[in-house]
Amino acid sequence: MPAIQSPDTEEIHPDVALVARAKQGDTAAFEQLVRQYERQIFRVAQHITQNREDAEDITQDAFLKAYEKLEQFQGNSKFSTWLVRIAVNESLMRLRKRKTSKTVSMNEDVQTEDGSIPRDFAEWRPNPEQLYGQSELGDILRKTIQGLPPGFRTVFTLRDVENLSTEETAEALGLSVPAVKSRLLRARLQLRERLSRYFKQKNLEANS
Amino acid sequence: MTCTDFLSQLTDYFDGKVDPQLLAEVQAHIRECRHCEVVLDTTRQTIAIYRENEIYEFPADLRERLHAAIMKKCNSAR
Ligand SMILES: [Zn+2]
Repeated sequence: MPAIQSPDTEEIHPDVALVARAKQGDTAAFEQLVRQYERQIFRVAQHITQNREDAEDITQDAFLKAYEKLEQFQGNSKFSTWLVRIAVNESLMRLRKRKTSKTVSMNEDVQTEDGSIPRDFAEWRPNPEQLYGQSELGDILRKTIQGLPPGFRTVFTLRDVENLSTEETAEALGLSVPAVKSRLLRARLQLRERLSRYFKQKNLEANS
Repeated sequence: MTCTDFLSQLTDYFDGKVDPQLLAEVQAHIRECRHCEVVLDTTRQTIAIYRENEIYEFPADLRERLHAAIMKKCNSAR
């Protein structure tokens, strides 16, 4: 399943040249970077905040911050990882503002076993065309991911929706690799548990 | 290998990064334990379903509006 990258081809990422030009004041180069990543940044923000207006604001603010701080970008990481990190921080800040009582932090390791221990062992295969309308599937996928604690949701989004590597996810979140792995496992198992319940029910309905 | 041990290897297993010495044990557990076989398979399905379905729309008009707003903010920040 994972993409295997050959270790001996260390190419220079095309973003490097764009970033260099943008640093020189080339607005067209920066706009090209915006074009490349606006969709991803919006998606990350929407997954974390679960709110479209917030995601729009965050996307604007994240690019503005990136633009203003471009000089500080050293190129030790990929530009996209750096950008995602800015967007994640903006998103978590937004969540904190919304939930005044509850803390939202990547560092709180939620010590709940809720849903992280598999209990449902039904087999299922999603078969969207036959069983459900695409909108129903979308609804269930949104609701399911909404039920995750924000820290888990964020890790899952970067690693499994956006396909960042574990190391890039750790970098974007300021977490250690083991912390990312532990959150990712629990996020995946919790989602699996909830989807199992849903698809099991769906199969029952389809067969009745 | 217990089911808990197996789960602790699940992420590495998906990434193809299980320690070679452990891999045989992991594979044996999958063959012998029906529950973990299902967990493995349905977790894989879970990841795939989120990867394959864009759950939030990003229509062209939103993209244009957003793009314009970003560039406006950046240009006025110079
Ligand atoms: Zn087992």
